[in-house]
Amino acid sequence: MSTALLAVQTLNGLQLGVLLFLIAAGLTLVFGVMDFINLAHGVQYMLGAYFAVTAYNLTENFLLAVIVALAGAMLVGLLLEAVIFRHLYGRDHLDQVLATFGIILFLNEAVRMIYGSGSLALPMPEALSGTIRLMPGLLYPVYRLVIIGAGIGVAVLLYVLVTHTRIGMLVRAGASNAPMVSALGVDIGRLFTIIFAIGAMLAGFAGAMVAPIFAVEPNMGDNLLILAFVVIVIGGIGSVRGAFVAALLVGLVDTLGRSSASDILRSVLSSSAANQAGPALASTLIYVLMAAVLFFKPAGLFPARG
Amino acid sequence: MQDLAATMPATHVASPPDRMRLIVPAFLFAALALAPLLGLVGAERYVLALFTRCVIFAIAALGLDLALGCGGLVSFGHAAFIGIGGYAAGILTASGIDDAFVLLIVALAASGVFALATGAISLKTRGVHFIMITLAFGQMAYFVANSLKAYGGDDGLTLANRATVFGRDLLADNRSFYYLSLALLLGVYVFARAVVRSRFGRVLRGAKENETRMQAIGFNPYPFRLITYAISGMTAGLAGFLLAEQSEFVSPAFMTWQRSGDLIIMVMLGGVASLDGAIIGAVFVVLTEELLSGFTEHWRVIFGPFLILVVLFARGGLLGLLTGRRHG
Repeated sequence: MSTALLAVQTLNGLQLGVLLFLIAAGLTLVFGVMDFINLAHGVQYMLGAYFAVTAYNLTENFLLAVIVALAGAMLVGLLLEAVIFRHLYGRDHLDQVLATFGIILFLNEAVRMIYGSGSLALPMPEALSGTIRLMPGLLYPVYRLVIIGAGIGVAVLLYVLVTHTRIGMLVRAGASNAPMVSALGVDIGRLFTIIFAIGAMLAGFAGAMVAPIFAVEPNMGDNLLILAFVVIVIGGIGSVRGAFVAALLVGLVDTLGRSSASDILRSVLSSSAANQAGPALASTLIYVLMAAVLFFKPAGLFPARG
Repeated sequence: MQDLAATMPATHVASPPDRMRLIVPAFLFAALALAPLLGLVGAERYVLALFTRCVIFAIAALGLDLALGCGGLVSFGHAAFIGIGGYAAGILTASGIDDAFVLLIVALAASGVFALATGAISLKTRGVHFIMITLAFGQMAYFVANSLKAYGGDDGLTLANRATVFGRDLLADNRSFYYLSLALLLGVYVFARAVVRSRFGRVLRGAKENETRMQAIGFNPYPFRLITYAISGMTAGLAGFLLAEQSEFVSPAFMTWQRSGDLIIMVMLGGVASLDGAIIGAVFVVLTEELLSGFTEHWRVIFGPFLILVVLFARGGLLGLLTGRRHG
C-alpha cells in the first residue's frame, strides 16, 4: 500500500473514530453514571440526521439544519427520559434492554412511516464541498476533514467540561459512585437529566454531520449503536477519555483492517484464500480486539470506577 | 457498611403450588398439539409453517432461558448457535449427506464446541461485560458466515432437500415435521426442568443469587456455568438445525445481533427463569409478529410500545400476568 493510500485510510479511520466518539460519549456517561443501558441511543443519531434533512428542506440553510438537529435530538432525549427512562433507573439491566429495544422498534418504524424506507440525502454546504491537496497525489474532501475537526473540537469541549467545571466534577463523581454523590446532597435526578440531554445532543450532532456523506435511512443507527457499545466497553464504562481513545482505536483498526487485511493475508496464504478470508477477518477485527481487552483488562482500558 | 440488600436473600422465584407447576405446561403443550387443527379452517400449509416456527423459537428461547434465567448468564450472541446448527445442516446437505441423525449430531457437536470455546473465555467476565463479549463472539460468527463464499456468502444457502430418516423422506411432510419439532420441544423442556431441579441446577441458582456465599460453601461456579452455557448453546443449535430444515434454507441473517435480541425479548416477555415463560414468550412473539404484520406493515409501531408497557407495568412477564406470580 502506498503512503498516500495509507494516509487516506488513516484519515477515514479518524473520521469513523470521531463519529463513534460522538455517539459513545453520551452512551458511556449514561451507562457509567446512571447504570442505565440505553439501546435507544443509536436512534438519537438517526433522528439527528432526519431533523437536519427536514430543517434543511424548509430553510435551505446547513448551519440552521445542524442547530435544529441538536435541539430536536435533545428534546426527544428529554422527553424519553421524563416519560420512560426515569422509571427504569435501578431496575434490572434486562428490563432496560427490553424497554429501550421497544423504543428502537417504535422510532425506526415511525420514521419509516413518515419518510418512507428510501434513503434521503442532505446536500453538502457549497463552501465545504471541495477537496484539498494534503500532499502530492493525495486529494481529500474538505467536508470529511471538517467532520474530524468538529469531532475533535467536541472532544476538547467535553474534556474541559468534565475536568474543569462543577457539573463535570459531579459527573465524574457520579461515574465512580452515584449513591454516594446522592447521599452528599446533590440532586442526582437533575444531574441524570443534564447528562441525558448532552448525550442525546451529541448523538444528534453526529447524525446531522454525517447526513451529507452517508445515506439517511431508518435503522441507520442500529449498527453504529453496536460499534458504540464496543467502544465504551473497550474504553471503560463511564470514562469519556476512555471512549475517545477507544473510538479512535476502533475507527482506525476497522478502516485499516478492511483496506489491508487481504493484502497482509496474501503474504501467507494463496491469493484466492486471502481474498476470501480477508473481509471476514477485517469485519471481526474489532470484536477480536474487544474480546481481548475484556479478557486481559475486564474493566476496560480506562476504568471509571475506582 | 454492606449494602443491606446484599445481605438479605435475593428475591426468590416464589414457588407456586405443585398443581400450578403442571397446569401451565400441560395447557401449553396441549394447545400446541392441537394447533394444526386450525388448518381445517385456513390454509394448512401456512398454519403448519407458522406454528413450526413458534415451536422452533420456543426451543431456542428455552435454551437461552436456561443460561439467562437460571444461570444469570445474559448471552447477547445466541443467534450464533442458531446459525451454526443451521449451517451444519446446510453444509452437510450440500456435500451430499442428508441423514437426519448425522446432521443432528454434527449440529449439536458444532454448537457445543463453539459454546465451550467461547464460554470458557466469556465466563471470565461478569454482568454487562459478559453481555458484550457474547455479542462479540456472535458478531464474529456472523461475519464468518458472511464470508463463506462457497456456501452462498451473504445470500445464504438453499438446502436441496430435507433430511432423511434411514433413507426415507419422513420429514418432507409438513405435519410430521411439526410434530417432530413439538416432540423435541417437549424433550428439551423435560430435560431443562430436570436440570433446574437437580443438585446441579441448585448450585447454578445459588451462584446466580450469591456467588460469594456459594464459593464459601465450597462450590466453584465456573464449571457449572460453562456446562450450562454449552447445554444452552446446543439447544439453540438444535433450533437452528430445525429452522434450516423447515425453511430448507440457511443464511447469515439467522445470526444477526437483532436475532439474539429477539431471543432475549422472547424470554423476558414470557417471564425469566420459569421455562414455561420462554415457550409462552416465543409463541407470543412469533404469532404477534405474524398477526400484526398482516394488519399493517408498520406493526413495529404497535409492538415497540407494547414492549415498553410490559416492562413498566408487568414485571414477571406474561407468565407473571397469567399466574399472578413475579420473578426476581
